[in-house]
Amino acid sequence: MTARDTDWDGVRLHVVTGKGGTGKTTVAAALALALAHGGRKVLLIEAEGRQGIARLFDRPPLPYEERKIAIGPGSGGGSGGGGDVFALAIDPEGALLDYLQMFYGMRSAGRALTRLGMVDFATTIAPGLSDVLVTGKATEATRRRATPSRTDKYVYDAVVMDAPPTGRIARFLNVSTEVSGLAKVGPIRSHADSVANVIRSPQTAVHFVSTLEEMPVQETLDGIAELNEVKGMQVGGIMINMARPAVLPREELKKEPDIAALASSLARAGLRSADSLAGALAAELDEHARHVELTDRRRAELTAAGQPMYELRLCTGGIDLAALHGLAAQLREQGAA
Amino acid sequence: MTPENPRLDVDRIIDDRRARIIVCCGSGGVGKTTTAAAIGLRAAERGRQVCVLTVDPARRLAQSMGLTSLDNTPRRVDGVSVEAGGSMHAMMLDMKRTFDEVVEAHADPARAAQILANPFYQALSSSFAGTQEYMAMEKLGQLRTSGEWDLIVVDTPPSRSALDFLDAPERLGRFLDGRLIKLLLTPAKATRPFTKVLNAGFSVVTGTLTKILGAQVLRDAQTFVTAFDTMFGGFRERAEATYRLLQAPGTSFLVVAAPEPDALREASYFVERLDEERMPLAGLVLNRVHRPTATRLSAARSLAAAETLEPMPNGSSAAESSQPPSQLPEPAPADVVAAAALRLHAARMNLGEREQRVAVTFTSAYPAVPILEVPALPEDVHDLAGLRRVGELLADEP
Repeated sequence: MTARDTDWDGVRLHVVTGKGGTGKTTVAAALALALAHGGRKVLLIEAEGRQGIARLFDRPPLPYEERKIAIGPGSGGGSGGGGDVFALAIDPEGALLDYLQMFYGMRSAGRALTRLGMVDFATTIAPGLSDVLVTGKATEATRRRATPSRTDKYVYDAVVMDAPPTGRIARFLNVSTEVSGLAKVGPIRSHADSVANVIRSPQTAVHFVSTLEEMPVQETLDGIAELNEVKGMQVGGIMINMARPAVLPREELKKEPDIAALASSLARAGLRSADSLAGALAAELDEHARHVELTDRRRAELTAAGQPMYELRLCTGGIDLAALHGLAAQLREQGAA
Repeated sequence: MTPENPRLDVDRIIDDRRARIIVCCGSGGVGKTTTAAAIGLRAAERGRQVCVLTVDPARRLAQSMGLTSLDNTPRRVDGVSVEAGGSMHAMMLDMKRTFDEVVEAHADPARAAQILANPFYQALSSSFAGTQEYMAMEKLGQLRTSGEWDLIVVDTPPSRSALDFLDAPERLGRFLDGRLIKLLLTPAKATRPFTKVLNAGFSVVTGTLTKILGAQVLRDAQTFVTAFDTMFGGFRERAEATYRLLQAPGTSFLVVAAPEPDALREASYFVERLDEERMPLAGLVLNRVHRPTATRLSAARSLAAAETLEPMPNGSSAAESSQPPSQLPEPAPADVVAAAALRLHAARMNLGEREQRVAVTFTSAYPAVPILEVPALPEDVHDLAGLRRVGELLADEP
């Protein structure tokens, strides 16, 4: 495998967001696979415990622990080979215990707090606090080195985070502002600031997954505009998911289908009752033409955001590991990884 | 698709004057809001006095109902046929304002002002974690009590889990009743002798909290909790009243899903949960179903026919021909169109079959749940005519 430039070469933390139902988790997993080439080690993080990653890779529920979940493309193919994808499901409770252990060496006090409902407390009345713990875990993994030495290599070449949906992403990532409403000073504030420094650096990019439907496109544009307001935040690519390519050139689709000609072609192909079939197929073709026209408009709206765009074809057979690898290959071909 | 499952009869529900609340629930991105709005419009045009409560509508859908801002007040929808004597109002939920109003209703002005200014209250009332669900239910309770409408159609928030809106009031209640809160309240309350030992333990924990959060955060949290505690009784009563409302005979739940594994998994959880809570499930609306028009032609035969009409990509022809590829004539333009139409049809048949398989995982588990399939629409709904059309599809009118 030859080294080549991708669109996001300097990025080490890939945050993937998208409206619910657009396939955000699937695209995050495909991106992690796509990044895990040439022996690279990638961590795929699930930020909202739904165990979607475990389901995608057909594994039992993931614990709060980094585990190898898949092998990247090209393994066994001689030099370079594939890389490894590790996965981690972060929950606020585990992240709180981690935080206390890491900064105060207080795991047992953390357990006491958990029993008292600290996590409920944080997630219920101050979700900013639990967001800071979750994003904090992701930035820690991004910056982790094999040894504490600043010159040693990073443990993970890239981290991909399956983040909360578009509607909440700015709030989720804008941890510093969110926490500053609550804490003007103090340890949690300085932790939030250091997390924000990683998120608002060229090392981090926020990718948006969208389908070519009205609501997802609108939310994507709104989300991009919102993140562009935050100083230093890097908006990444727009991944158009579940795209259905046009079956004919656009100018051909614009024409009224000639039902008689269609019927004679169908008859030539050996199909019976070609006349009634031609009518039905023409109706399907017409619906497809309208769909293509509509999605072209939506695509143009997304293009106006000025971000690199990648298009992933709809997997009619459903999503399994083979389909994920197919999506990863599409991302690679288009330069996303 | 499934002869065993009864057909969901939307008209029978909306024509029944005893039906007072219809809750549309399901995971995000399945067309819940459109379904709610279409049911509301159809009910209004069949003579009901309807209010549609939406949480987060698509801009153009909101515009189709004349909603331009999030103003928390039901607005009359123009263009609705009044021949049957009905009317339609619609509103978008402003959760922060709804929360503020609840606080103002339950606390004296000074205390209300103190709560509204507290940073923890502000985080709570404007965050999306459960508050939206809670406030949607609160608003539903208010609309129902006002007695101005004889049918309220609610669209539930696009939660992480479809069940969040059932759990949110309970979660907030449990939280406010929780031990941590009791602990935070302790310094503000008179210390009784027998709590001394406990207090020693508490101070260790508050000490830890101070260390993590800082003293100011802890003080703010204590102030908030103390202020909130005094009005919490009122909150709990309201939440319980709303819960009872959802169990009442006039309420129907419609679970909305798309023929996708995730959406139907959520739908399954929902069906089971409603049963546990003794909440009345009316049925499942299976949205965005792709129905091929020419079902007689299978995917395999359609693809085979396409191949006979076009040269194979590698240059050989699928037609029985011994001619070298270079001598094959270019396919006639009509054949190119026909082949494309056949491939399109094959893909639709495959998609349709996959959707059927996914749907059967639901129907085989819940054979008694009434189901209605709504075909995928080629375009988005952006006016009342579009909503009316969805209403017809929901009533299974071709």
